[in-house]
Amino acid sequence: MSEDVVPTRRKAHPEVETAHGTPVSALFGALETFLAFVGETSILAGRTLLEIARGGVKFSDLIAQMASVGADSIWIVLIVTTATGAVFAYYVTNLSLELGYTAFVGGALGYGFLNELGAVLGGVALAARAGAAIAAEIGTMVVTEQVDALRAMGVSPIRFLVAPRVLAAVIMLPLLTAIADVAGVFGGYYFAHLRGITKMVFWSSVHQFVGSADLIHGLIKAVVFGFLIGIVACQEGLNTKGGATGVGRSTTRSVVFCVILIFVSDVFLTQMLAGPSAAGQ
Amino acid sequence: MSAISVRNLTYEFPRKRVLTGVNLDVEHGEIVSIMGSSGSGKTTLLKLLTGLVKPTGGQILIDGEDIVPMPEARLDEVRLKLGMVFQYAALFDSLSVYDNIAFGVVRHRRPMRHELDRLVKDRLADVGLEGIERLHPSELSGGMQKRVGLARALAMNPAIVFYDEPTSGLDPISEYKIDALIMSTRERKHVTSIVVSHHLPSVFRISDRVAMLHAGRIAFIGTPDEIRTSTLPEIQAFVHPETQQPFAEQELEDFV
Repeated sequence: MSEDVVPTRRKAHPEVETAHGTPVSALFGALETFLAFVGETSILAGRTLLEIARGGVKFSDLIAQMASVGADSIWIVLIVTTATGAVFAYYVTNLSLELGYTAFVGGALGYGFLNELGAVLGGVALAARAGAAIAAEIGTMVVTEQVDALRAMGVSPIRFLVAPRVLAAVIMLPLLTAIADVAGVFGGYYFAHLRGITKMVFWSSVHQFVGSADLIHGLIKAVVFGFLIGIVACQEGLNTKGGATGVGRSTTRSVVFCVILIFVSDVFLTQMLAGPSAAGQ
Repeated sequence: MSAISVRNLTYEFPRKRVLTGVNLDVEHGEIVSIMGSSGSGKTTLLKLLTGLVKPTGGQILIDGEDIVPMPEARLDEVRLKLGMVFQYAALFDSLSVYDNIAFGVVRHRRPMRHELDRLVKDRLADVGLEGIERLHPSELSGGMQKRVGLARALAMNPAIVFYDEPTSGLDPISEYKIDALIMSTRERKHVTSIVVSHHLPSVFRISDRVAMLHAGRIAFIGTPDEIRTSTLPEIQAFVHPETQQPFAEQELEDFV
């Protein structure tokens, strides 16, 4: 296969797509589709990393994509995380008041956001907003032959389209995650304060339970999620077939796969990152 | 050595045979048109010749070099001497007309700003669209988009240009001007041109030779006069469509 030609996804067992497909053939079809997805995405990921390592990404392309990815997602990240922080604080405060021990509210909130919620909620917001936009844009470029036009001019779609978007997502998601952490904790603080937790109790609890390792864990997760979102959105966009319907299908698939991948990879990342430090504590 | 030599080119799938053995030689500076009914594989042939699609068999020699086994990076180098005008223009809709035309040059060379301005201005003047540099493709009519697509393809000074239906959907005056541009580009720069077109007046006006694609092969290739006087039924059907039955009658006969 040539270097930049994105592999055409093989159709799953045709019988799966008919009303007469058996459950077994449907299962094999789904498995084949899944394996094809994993294979194609891995190939694209490898080529994109190679392109980035080679220094093939133009600075102006990267800046444009970072602005687009960040601007696309920052408001949704702020709203989602502030609201989640507030609701999270509501329940934790209730629990702490019941137990008569309020000193862990800030700590629980900070610990949860910095390790987990900031990156995951930021990732889901990025997948829904910027990831969908990437898949739709590249998908439209495929069906209107703009990607062919790029290649006909000797410009690699991986260099021009994929690598800047993936790199932008990898850079921007940790930044969005940091913003999400702050927004979530402040949203929580506001609610906890309304429920009678004092400023000093809340922030000293944050200080006591949360350290730089927690922030780093969350940011490492954000880097991985950003890479997955960028690659999957570009892969789905490049695999688009069949006009407007195809663009819609690719966009939906991109969001669904990204969200699933964020949650599944989060399980492994949490284990990997928490393993040594948990043992040391 | 021919500019393009195609040898036994096939593009087949288990259930579909698009091209079953195309042979074609195009000399430097020649304008060869490819005719054929809709779905006969003309656009696929162009995409194969530019390496956008890999054939299932055969050879495509560009200036004597077979592009079929080439990796994409090597193909990108070969593509610097090719230009492609797409059927629906395929302009980058996120970029202005200026950036569309300058795109290839900016990506492959390091031109000074004033050189780039001059280039874009000249190419737009070639297609009769001066002063639209700042517009975006969505602000242009279909015909204007097509002409900008042509300007973009010519911006890199290609040695070989592939035109996919360059005049379809244009008014007769624009059509005539595009034909004139294809011919003048050849005169000025000795460009080799492959033109896919249905439009017979245009094909006969510009072509040195015309190839008829039928049933996955080049059924006939000759000068416009040879095409006009050919007695091959598939060419007769194309040149004199008035002798054909309407779809409905044909379909009825198929059922009887």
